[in-house]
Amino acid sequence: MSPRDILQERIEQGRPRLRRFQQAKWDEPVLFELSQPGQRGILVPEVEPGIRTAVGDVLATLPEGMRRQLPPTLPELAQPQVVRHFFRLSQETLGADLNIDVGQGTCTMKHSPKINEHFARMPEVTELHPLQDESTVQGILEILYRFEEMLKAISGMDRFSLQPGAGSAAIYANAAIIRAYHQARGQLAQRDEIITTIFSHPSDAACPKTAGFKVITLYPDDDGYPDLEALKAAVSERTAGLMIANPEDTGIFNPQIDAFVRVVHQAGGLCAYDQANANGILGITRAREAGFDLCHFNLHKTFSSPHGCGGPAVGALGATAELAPFLPVPLVGFDGERYFLAYDLPQSIGKIGPWYGVAPVVLRAYAWVMSLGAAGLREVAEVAVLNNNYLLKKVLEIPGASAPYARGKRRIEQVRYSLEALCEEAGVHSEQIGIRTADFGVHYWTSHHPYIVPEPVTLEPTESYSKDDLDEYAAILAHVAQEARENPEVVRTAPHNSTVHKIDPLPLDDPEQWAITWRAWRRKMQEAGGGRETQ
Amino acid sequence: MPENATVVHPYIPNSVPDTKAQMLRELGAEGTDEFYADVPAHLRIQEPLDLPPPLLAESDLKRHVRGLLRKNRTAEDSLCFLGAGCYLHHVPAVCDEVNQRGEFLTAYAGEPYDDHGRFQALFEYASMMGELLNMDVVNVPTYDGFQAAATALRMAGRITGRSQVLLARTTYPDKLSKIHDYLKPDIEIHLLGYDPTTGQLDLNELRGALSAATAAVYFENPSYLGLVEGQGTEIAALAHAAGALCVVAAEPLSLGVLTPPADYGADIVCGDIQPLGIHMNYGGGHGGFIATRDEEAYVMQYPSRLFGIAPTVVPGEYGFGDVAYERTSFAEREEGIEWVGTASALWGITAAVYLALMGPQGMAEIGESIMARTRYAMLRLGALPGVHTPLFQSAHFQEFVINFDGTGRTVAEINRALLERGIFGGKDLSSEFPELGQSALYCVSEVHTQEDIDHLVAAMQEVTR
Repeated sequence: MSPRDILQERIEQGRPRLRRFQQAKWDEPVLFELSQPGQRGILVPEVEPGIRTAVGDVLATLPEGMRRQLPPTLPELAQPQVVRHFFRLSQETLGADLNIDVGQGTCTMKHSPKINEHFARMPEVTELHPLQDESTVQGILEILYRFEEMLKAISGMDRFSLQPGAGSAAIYANAAIIRAYHQARGQLAQRDEIITTIFSHPSDAACPKTAGFKVITLYPDDDGYPDLEALKAAVSERTAGLMIANPEDTGIFNPQIDAFVRVVHQAGGLCAYDQANANGILGITRAREAGFDLCHFNLHKTFSSPHGCGGPAVGALGATAELAPFLPVPLVGFDGERYFLAYDLPQSIGKIGPWYGVAPVVLRAYAWVMSLGAAGLREVAEVAVLNNNYLLKKVLEIPGASAPYARGKRRIEQVRYSLEALCEEAGVHSEQIGIRTADFGVHYWTSHHPYIVPEPVTLEPTESYSKDDLDEYAAILAHVAQEARENPEVVRTAPHNSTVHKIDPLPLDDPEQWAITWRAWRRKMQEAGGGRETQ
Repeated sequence: MPENATVVHPYIPNSVPDTKAQMLRELGAEGTDEFYADVPAHLRIQEPLDLPPPLLAESDLKRHVRGLLRKNRTAEDSLCFLGAGCYLHHVPAVCDEVNQRGEFLTAYAGEPYDDHGRFQALFEYASMMGELLNMDVVNVPTYDGFQAAATALRMAGRITGRSQVLLARTTYPDKLSKIHDYLKPDIEIHLLGYDPTTGQLDLNELRGALSAATAAVYFENPSYLGLVEGQGTEIAALAHAAGALCVVAAEPLSLGVLTPPADYGADIVCGDIQPLGIHMNYGGGHGGFIATRDEEAYVMQYPSRLFGIAPTVVPGEYGFGDVAYERTSFAEREEGIEWVGTASALWGITAAVYLALMGPQGMAEIGESIMARTRYAMLRLGALPGVHTPLFQSAHFQEFVINFDGTGRTVAEINRALLERGIFGGKDLSSEFPELGQSALYCVSEVHTQEDIDHLVAAMQEVTR
């Protein structure tokens, strides 16, 4: 028997075969099921006899009714079982470290450098109390200050607050600043409308609404560009401001963005730039040149801090000198010798969150910029855009896939595709195709609601992905598209190689059945008569 | 490296010039500039960004960042008695081990089919918080306890259809600033005084202030000033009698020994999970929880994601997914409830690990240990001449007010002197609560040994002499 060349067996028609992916599947019980009475995962230091003697029975000092009678029914587990359980759950999670993560469009999934994790986990960051004397935190204050200087250069804005806890918190803070600005001018009662566009993030509508504004949403023109005429028709003496992304979630850059800003300014409103999609324009164009009053960046997206299953994060909020007095307090100052926290902003909107921002996230972002510099940031943008246009070409080669709007034009950092033709032909939906791609070890995200683009899928291949990565992702999409036409059942019944199989969604929308905690679920099962004893 | 040499960036695989050229060729593009055709010339920046020169080699970067960080002096290397919303506790190594797993660390917004483990871990987080709080619904964490309180109060406004909330005057002032901003559009805030001797909420003021406009009565337990509010049952009953909700901010680490607010009538409980296995991180370790009963009227008012358990097509297989997704801004934009977005999920998973390690026994022991150490510190410090503590005659958990008026020194002076002795003294309250004179808020936790506290007492004696 001749030896088998395994390498050759991995090639099909001159290309590597699609990988035979199988997601980790531990069939792991819910933690409560693992509980064994008496087990301990960690011990608490004993109270010293000297303290015990001095204080006596402290629980007896509690007011009547304030001493817990029944201990919380937490699971009881030894440490190895806790470690094993959570490691299994981590294995059943498809982090960006593991996959060609171009499928979570708008999220700017990129490499989070490991050296920055080392920094973020040093005690000189983790073991700092935010109220320590400034003399003891000069290092971290210097990093906050230097990072603000970097953001000023990148955006052209004059001051930044790093306090908002993520992008949407920064959008909300921008809405609160717009509110405070008009209030200070005695115009808030009149100016109660915020304008946004449908291809800006849902928070660009939801946050100003939460801040008390009415929201006007503009729809694109026929070519997918934000519609300047629609904006002109929408502005009035009621306009408080514009909150808009650019490029929008379609990856289309609004070439008239400065005209948008001018129209709103002329109407007496302010303009806030949602820069969640900044990755493709770093070092190319800035908020300042377009005339914006406010902007924000997501440090957990563009600036490489890991997404953490959805935070911790920072939405860095930039303002012009005119709007800076409204920023949340404190800001970080430097008097030439020492760094300090500055609270002297009489018009400040106050606190958006506690303290000064998520220091480990800022630190990672700072280290990331330091590792790249101006030329490196521009390289990030240009390669992200190159990657996106390369993937665009590959995806458009898939029958039934299209990129609505701006036909024949290039895109910036992402594309909102439509699989409408494919879905009509095959009788499957984009969501189902997305679930099937999970069988090949990648993410796939349709789009925010509403689905303006029919059967949407939004892909954002950042600078972290190689040409081979993009080819592999496109090959997976092409394969699933082919399956959809030739064997739609395999797509409809997906996933097949994931941790779990198709979920019955109905209980999740039924108040009688939904269960947001284990205790609620056990109770509902018992009430339904089917459950076993509560663990 | 020679000037203008092409840099191949380790983080950017396609920065290899040949690869780039090949891709451009395939696209029929002359250069990447073509992709920016929609960016008009007058909006382009002509100069490179004004940024510091890069440290391309990882070793150079490490030297630089370490050099900056070395200028910090940590709470570990000192003796720290600061609290006021950010707490020094022991962080179990397993918590750090789990939250640095790349799978969790770098995951984001995948579907349950990609991220089953993330969904299950956060469901378990909510489930354990539910046991601790004795409530059936807990959100995927929001940003922090500030946001949790602000949202809880707006939830109360929507649930009751009313437009005023009554807040204890002892509410954490920074949090109050957040609440003021967040409630501005539709809810008026009225502050309730406290008993100067006990620090407890003034029930007479509460009775006088409650009306048909009151959406909620809010207090913190333990309060910002560290004392245990013992009138929870009365406060909740008064609120309910007026048709209002009772909203309580609870310290989760106290709930092994303190009665969960739901048991004395709280309708919405909120707070911060930082004490549950998350480092202080210079104030960057926060996550907010909101908990309620499992009633549709409450559930439908959460802005946050709520993860629920659900069957799959395979018998005996657990699935997880979003509960009532249509209420969120992801689904409905401005018609959704407030907004939802990235917040602090990894801290939620971390808190789950913490609660799993601690179990009921650990939570009871740590609560008792903190109370004992707090009381010991109050007794020893209170025995010093001119040092008056506890200022309020109530049970305390973890924090207590010391008044220094009798020493003739300001808190600032005392803290400076303590710092020279390697001690981070308590938070100066003199501007937040001027009526308390020169007072500071001290915090003691399970990490403070008797020796540590005795050391503080000896130093305090020196600096107040």
